[in-house]
Amino acid sequence: MSELSDSALRHLRGALERPETIGERYDVAEELGRGGMGAVFRAYDRELDRDVAIKVLARAELDPRATERLQREARIAARLEHPGIVPVYDVGALDDGRPYYVMKLVAGARLDELIASERASDERIDVFLKLCDAVAYAHARGVVHRDLKPENVRVGAFGEVQVLDFGVAKELGAARAEGREQAVSIASTGSTAHEHAPSSSTPGPSSTPPRSSSLARAQTSAVPATRAGAVVGTPGWMAPEQERGEPDVDARADVYALGRLLHALMGPNPRVPARRLAAIVARATADARDARYPTVEALAADVRRLRAGEAVSAHQESFLERALRVAERHQTAIAIVLAYLALRILFVFYGRS
Amino acid sequence: MNKIVLGLLLGLVLGALDGLTSLATGSEEVKKEIVTIVIGSSFKGLVAGALAGWFARKVDSVALGVLFGFVVALAFAYAIASMPAVDGKHYYWQIMIPGSIVGAIVGFATQKYGKRSASSAR
Repeated sequence: MSELSDSALRHLRGALERPETIGERYDVAEELGRGGMGAVFRAYDRELDRDVAIKVLARAELDPRATERLQREARIAARLEHPGIVPVYDVGALDDGRPYYVMKLVAGARLDELIASERASDERIDVFLKLCDAVAYAHARGVVHRDLKPENVRVGAFGEVQVLDFGVAKELGAARAEGREQAVSIASTGSTAHEHAPSSSTPGPSSTPPRSSSLARAQTSAVPATRAGAVVGTPGWMAPEQERGEPDVDARADVYALGRLLHALMGPNPRVPARRLAAIVARATADARDARYPTVEALAADVRRLRAGEAVSAHQESFLERALRVAERHQTAIAIVLAYLALRILFVFYGRS
Repeated sequence: MNKIVLGLLLGLVLGALDGLTSLATGSEEVKKEIVTIVIGSSFKGLVAGALAGWFARKVDSVALGVLFGFVVALAFAYAIASMPAVDGKHYYWQIMIPGSIVGAIVGFATQKYGKRSASSAR
């Protein structure tokens, strides 16, 4: 008997997991992505005549704790009403008891696709600043994302940015209320890092399987809070304190990830002042979180200053650097004034001769 | 400061300075008339600056603002240069070229700085 290929197995698993309909309202179509906790399907909402994405808990994960995690993930995302955060429309449970939640079907490219594209640096900075706005909003609502990476950010055709997958988000507000920090992570049961697969809640045509490795195995029994010492996040994007499994991860972990994203977005770009950009990235991604920007707003403010040709807080510039920056910023005015002075001098000599 | 006031003040100051340069470039007869020249040049700058400020409220484009300031100041400068100086000569290039560049400076400044009024911003 021949062995089944991986793709055939994936197909069979998908077919097994995929509900045909959900209640009277949703017709489920193809699978868009899969993570450690469940899968995301494209679906059609009959009542409102629109396509949506539905995240459904995997059969293998069906237990009260996983159910609670998925529901909490939905509640957190639903609480974050912001144009830059994917909205949750509905929650419920399938006939077999698996919980699901319905969210906006996000179109557009993933951030890694934008990084690989030929987009201009101005557009990239715009995208980054919109991303900062969404993350700052989440922080203001007491939620730290903890898994910001290109696969979890979508960029629409008109430059709209949406942050996905709050699967391993941490609620700081709840922690304060309880007098201790409580990580809410939700997503990852199981195998992949919280792997809320990038695509697990990344509905959209270009979703791909998760790339994150499974650092969250350690938290399989964390309910609903992440167990102290559990590592949550994606290697390469998560902050050092996350990698060390420190329990008191705060908003500066997202600042770190945003710094990495900024670096990836801008890369070596001749149109962006390398030294000042590098200083911003270095401060955002400092190993010691006290050395980082204290808030996402502070990081965004420095990036705005960089774009405007102003001095950035992350870099102490020399007199020469400052002069060059000011000259570059006002090059048109300087050119006109110099032209005027040159002509005046010319006329002085012309008059004397 | 709104763009019209900015253009007006900048045109006045730069126009006066532009007129004063006649002390360095003009003949002895011209230098004797420096007060008249400065007043005339200031007035030219003031009107051109106000127009550049008005234009900047209507059109948000540095390139067009610079061009507008240049052309308006050039036209005013031509009007002045076409009148013979006290020595009977016409100083077309000496008046028109620097004058138009001053207009370009004011056009640039009114585009980059100053506030649009609420009505024009809508």
